[in-house]
Amino acid sequence: MKTHVIVFPGSNCDRDVAVAIQNIIGSSPEMVWHKDSTIKQSDLIVVPGGFSYGDYLRCGAMASTSPIMKSVIENANKGVPVMGICNGFQILIESGLLQGALIRNSSLSFICRDVIIKPTNKKTIFTNKSKISKMPIAHNEGNYFANSNQIKEIEDNDQIAFQYCDENGDINAHSNPNGSINNIAGVFNKSKNVLGMMPHPERAAESIHGCDDGRNIFESLLS
Amino acid sequence: MLAKIHITLKKDVLDPQGSVIANSLKSLGFDNVNDVRQGKFIELEINSQSKEEAEKQCNEMCEKLLANLVIEDYSVEIEN
Repeated sequence: MKTHVIVFPGSNCDRDVAVAIQNIIGSSPEMVWHKDSTIKQSDLIVVPGGFSYGDYLRCGAMASTSPIMKSVIENANKGVPVMGICNGFQILIESGLLQGALIRNSSLSFICRDVIIKPTNKKTIFTNKSKISKMPIAHNEGNYFANSNQIKEIEDNDQIAFQYCDENGDINAHSNPNGSINNIAGVFNKSKNVLGMMPHPERAAESIHGCDDGRNIFESLLS
Repeated sequence: MLAKIHITLKKDVLDPQGSVIANSLKSLGFDNVNDVRQGKFIELEINSQSKEEAEKQCNEMCEKLLANLVIEDYSVEIEN
């Protein structure tokens, strides 16, 4: 598999995700600087977490105008799997590849802790091996918002990827860390080759992390 | 020309920062404050042939970058 990880000024999970890709998928990803303009051929592009451009204007807004994003969008439109984690999710939303918006956490606090998520649609390249999983979140703007028409549309198209839940898999207000509508933790585009998620699977990808539940997302991509 | 752009949250988007500001104002004794919505104000200098042209360009800037139309509305005011 040929894999790429995009690096912006302020990315800080690029190396973590590269290690996860190397260990689980067995591919050494090419790290692509945001000023590069083309990715010719890829089997997976990851837009990693961090604080690209210091979160100026809105999280992900500046990064979405970087030269490399044109190529990411072109590849996504051709069907190449694209995955955005945390700030990467915010960037994919700002670039128009994913619907909705990520606004300030309802608590107004930066939240850094483990959460439990449940795959809502398991029939995708990213989630076919997914199960109820524990992994960390670390964000200030992870509160997923879309208006009621948009929510209905993404529900009808099975575009919800993950929802925050409790240990039993129950989706309730108590297990919602940030105020996201319908506990949404991740969404797909319409054709399900683009995934954005706030939790960090690459930070729960080997036993030394204390939990390796995040592996199943990378393992799904192998099958 | 000088463009003054206001970016505000749409009515159906919750504004937790606004709520906290409203509570703080009440605690200072401004009991008649009913609601607070926080937004952004952007001022930019722009070279343009006419006010109409400048306004058209600012609208485009808002739609492409300055505002997120899923959650925000904007208004543009041009001064000479």
